[in-house]
Amino acid sequence: MSDLNSLAQKLMTLDDSLSSCMRCGMCQAVCPMFGATMMEADVARGKVVLVSNLAHKLIEDPKAVADKLGRCLLCGSCQANCPSGVPLMDIFMTAREIVYTYIGLHPLKKLIFRYLLASPGLFNLSMRFGAPCQGLLFKSKNNVQQTSAAPLLDSILGARHIRRLAPKSLYAIEGALDEPAGASGIKVAFYPGCMGDKFYVDMARACLKVLRHHGVGIYMPKGFACCGIPALSSGDVEGMTKEMAVSLGLFDKGQFDYVITPCSSCTSTIKELWVKYADRISPEAKAQAEALSAKTMDINDFLINVLHVSMQGKPEAEREAVTYHDSCHLKKSLGVFKEPRAVVELNPHYKITEMAEADRCCGCGGSFNLFHYDLSRQIGQRKRNNVVASGAKIVAAGCPACMMQLEDVLSQNGDPVRVKHVVELYAESLD
Amino acid sequence: MLSAALIKDFEALLGKQNVFSDEADLQSYSYDSAVLNPVVPALVVRPTSTELLGRCVKMLYDNGIPMTVRGAGTNLSGGTIPDKSDTVVILTNALTRILEINENDLYAVVEPGVVTAQFAAEVAKRKLFYPPDPGSQAVSTIAGNIAENAGGLRGLKYGVTKDYVMGIEFFDATGEVVKSGSRTVKCVTGYNLAGMMVQSEGTLGVISQAILKLVPPPKASKALVAEFNDVQDAADAVAGIIAAHVVPCTLEFLDNNTIVRVDDYTKAGLNRDAAAILLIEVDGHPAQVADEAEVVERVLKQCKASAVIVAKDEAEKFKLWEARRQALPVLARCRPTTVLEDATVPRSQIPAMMKALGQIASKYKLEMGTFGHAGDGNLHPTILCDRRDAEEFKRVEAAVDEIFNVALSLGGTLSGEHGIGTAKAKWMEKETSRGTIMFSKRLRKALDPKGLLNPTKMIGI
Ligand SMILES: Cc1cc2nc3c(=O)[nH]c(=O)nc-3n(C[C@H](O)[C@H](O)[C@H](O)COP(=O)(O)OP(=O)(O)OC[C@H]3O[C@@H](n4cnc5c(N)ncnc54)[C@H](O)[C@@H]3O)c2cc1C
Ligand code: SF4
Ligand code: SF4
Repeated sequence: MSDLNSLAQKLMTLDDSLSSCMRCGMCQAVCPMFGATMMEADVARGKVVLVSNLAHKLIEDPKAVADKLGRCLLCGSCQANCPSGVPLMDIFMTAREIVYTYIGLHPLKKLIFRYLLASPGLFNLSMRFGAPCQGLLFKSKNNVQQTSAAPLLDSILGARHIRRLAPKSLYAIEGALDEPAGASGIKVAFYPGCMGDKFYVDMARACLKVLRHHGVGIYMPKGFACCGIPALSSGDVEGMTKEMAVSLGLFDKGQFDYVITPCSSCTSTIKELWVKYADRISPEAKAQAEALSAKTMDINDFLINVLHVSMQGKPEAEREAVTYHDSCHLKKSLGVFKEPRAVVELNPHYKITEMAEADRCCGCGGSFNLFHYDLSRQIGQRKRNNVVASGAKIVAAGCPACMMQLEDVLSQNGDPVRVKHVVELYAESLD
Repeated sequence: MLSAALIKDFEALLGKQNVFSDEADLQSYSYDSAVLNPVVPALVVRPTSTELLGRCVKMLYDNGIPMTVRGAGTNLSGGTIPDKSDTVVILTNALTRILEINENDLYAVVEPGVVTAQFAAEVAKRKLFYPPDPGSQAVSTIAGNIAENAGGLRGLKYGVTKDYVMGIEFFDATGEVVKSGSRTVKCVTGYNLAGMMVQSEGTLGVISQAILKLVPPPKASKALVAEFNDVQDAADAVAGIIAAHVVPCTLEFLDNNTIVRVDDYTKAGLNRDAAAILLIEVDGHPAQVADEAEVVERVLKQCKASAVIVAKDEAEKFKLWEARRQALPVLARCRPTTVLEDATVPRSQIPAMMKALGQIASKYKLEMGTFGHAGDGNLHPTILCDRRDAEEFKRVEAAVDEIFNVALSLGGTLSGEHGIGTAKAKWMEKETSRGTIMFSKRLRKALDPKGLLNPTKMIGI
């Protein structure tokens, strides 16, 4: 009971934020979770009330509240549309930290966040052994999404159709980079993210190709850790700060004008969340995170607004349709949605065809997908239907996590639609 | 407490996945958009067909258990807050089928949980128009709209929800199906029970289906904005426009405090000294729209508007309306609690009402912003406060009481569109009469002898 008191006390730090919700219920219109389940406890209003009730000791079951908090994609759609300006993402992150810490982090998550993702060497090693062996486990679906299913890993992966690990990671191919600025006079630190390093290596290489093409210098040291968003979403601030500290150390050793990532989740984490948690490492780390935050940009934003890239030559007469999915972190956190569309159309061969509800969450939600796969697929199906209805045979996104989700749902439906990162499509025109 | 056996029966009827008894789920159906204390229900059930909806009602009636029907839970008067701890909440959000949109006979048939804006969009795809547009339309349900007789911005010209209800099917308290109205424009078969169900707030029966009237959409529209140095001039302009036989589809009002707050937030460069802004939109046939816009512009100038802006195109219209769209969001951000009232007066009494509101705000030392539907006298005085501050909230309650008093003394009404629920129940007799209360109570008692349908709402049973 006294434990519950101290839990309640900790949550009371959120009381001002929680009280700013006027219970209008308008979040029901945009919440992908609510769209799938139509349950009040799944929408922001319900979660705010439950956290508030736990803080005020009106409910004495932290586990139940934790479960509800976990039924959320952290997509930010509610916050972006909340008429009352309730800081929902901050409420959810902080409440997760407090409540999940109270309940205790799952040992497997602890292992992953604090050791594997924080130690790139270890992660690489496990992947190095993983990549060649996966042929034994994964059965290729021979489809345009290049996904596989893994019947033997059913208990972990369920019926997912996911892309295999790349045979070689980005670092294994490129090595550490420290190339000087070229014609543009600009040098960037390129942060590929875990997905760019291990799964979507072609995508990360396309980014490097584009940067080089435009005379941009590249700093990419060996050993960046995970950005920390999976740990943070699981309430594991210790794991997140551990990972952040590793990367901060590496950023400290380089000279660059911008930090560029091809993953909107990484961008928004480095830009918006590192600053919030860096003081738990040290005051110096906080200052460094603030400086980095100001320099961090999504790659599409960078291409259009810093490099001012424009189309070379003329658009082709019959351009191929590409439909674009707005990743939540890209549009709702970073406000970047015109730029990726513009980047697709930098390639004279492509033309954007909008799908309905382009900015509705795809349902991946990072580790949400791992723990709530059925819901994730249900939400993904709506996205899939919109993609297919657009008629385009290519869907582009600015976030590898969304790409993985799109590949899964499209592959599950047997749709002949390819999934591409925006920058890959532009890079094709630079051959 | 509900018996475990009854919960089992519900699970057998609806499937386990549609019966909720976990504390966390129950707590999430203990509130709605009204600023009132929550009450946690005993059970929440979600029928997936209208037939099952009827079976739920019957089962609850047979067991003597009180029930509260819930759509999106956005009403502002406590209509969906359970009456007591043994209440069962019935959700309609699995009943979302649009059964028919008839383009020849201009009507649609829908299930109760259809979301208003989604319905309006489906109708619009067929080049028809469903005008009622409450501010909550992106989430509110059709049955919620009917049970509250929801209005909206277009009320002045197009009317409110009741003007679009042609027929209703509902379950009475015992679970028996009742049908009233039809797909025809004219229908006098039996009592107008469909009319009775409008604004019944879940107290007379459970709506399972509605036949709604559709109209052809206007072909053109034009928007204007006018600023005034005096609220009286703005009210004269409203009267003048109507007297010139122009009925705008919207005629909205923002007071000075709302203007200043919106400008602080949006930096839109509004005139911060203006006492009031009117936003007006006329619609209809292009030639008529052009004529009417001219008349409106002339009246505005005659009534000493200090500035009049006519939107040149859709984009400019969107920009002009931004201030109105931002009114509630901006006010809501100022303080934790937003008490949104909707006392309504005859439109000629708007200046008197605004004056009284100003006095009430300063008397109780509260910040208030007022905006709303000037064309129909439906103002939304919005009190910005913090409910956690008990002393301040006492003043808020006293101020709200006084607002009602003033509204009634000006020949107005307690609520233009937000309903009575439990929030305003104690005021009912003052506006109506003792006879009205007795009649309504006897009506309820006759239709619902066990007193199970939302028992404490409106006039109580
Ligand atoms: C931001 C905001 C803006 C708003 N703007 C407006 C506005 O412009 N105009 C306006 O009029 N209102 C407005 N409202 C109030 C509210 O949205 C309306 O009253 C709306 O009609 C409620 O719909 P709902 O689906 O949320 O109903 P609920 O709140 O779920 O229910 C409302 C009432 O209807 C009853 N009910 C629901 N379903 C049934 C059924 N099947 N059978 C019988 N009874 C039923 C309930 O028991 C309850 O008494 C606003 C509210 C908010 C939060
Ligand atoms: S939209 Fe915002 S204020 Fe409204 S209920 Fe949701 S979280 Fe609360
Ligand atoms: S973050 Fe997304 S999933 Fe979570 S409550 Fe908000 S809108 Fe729903």
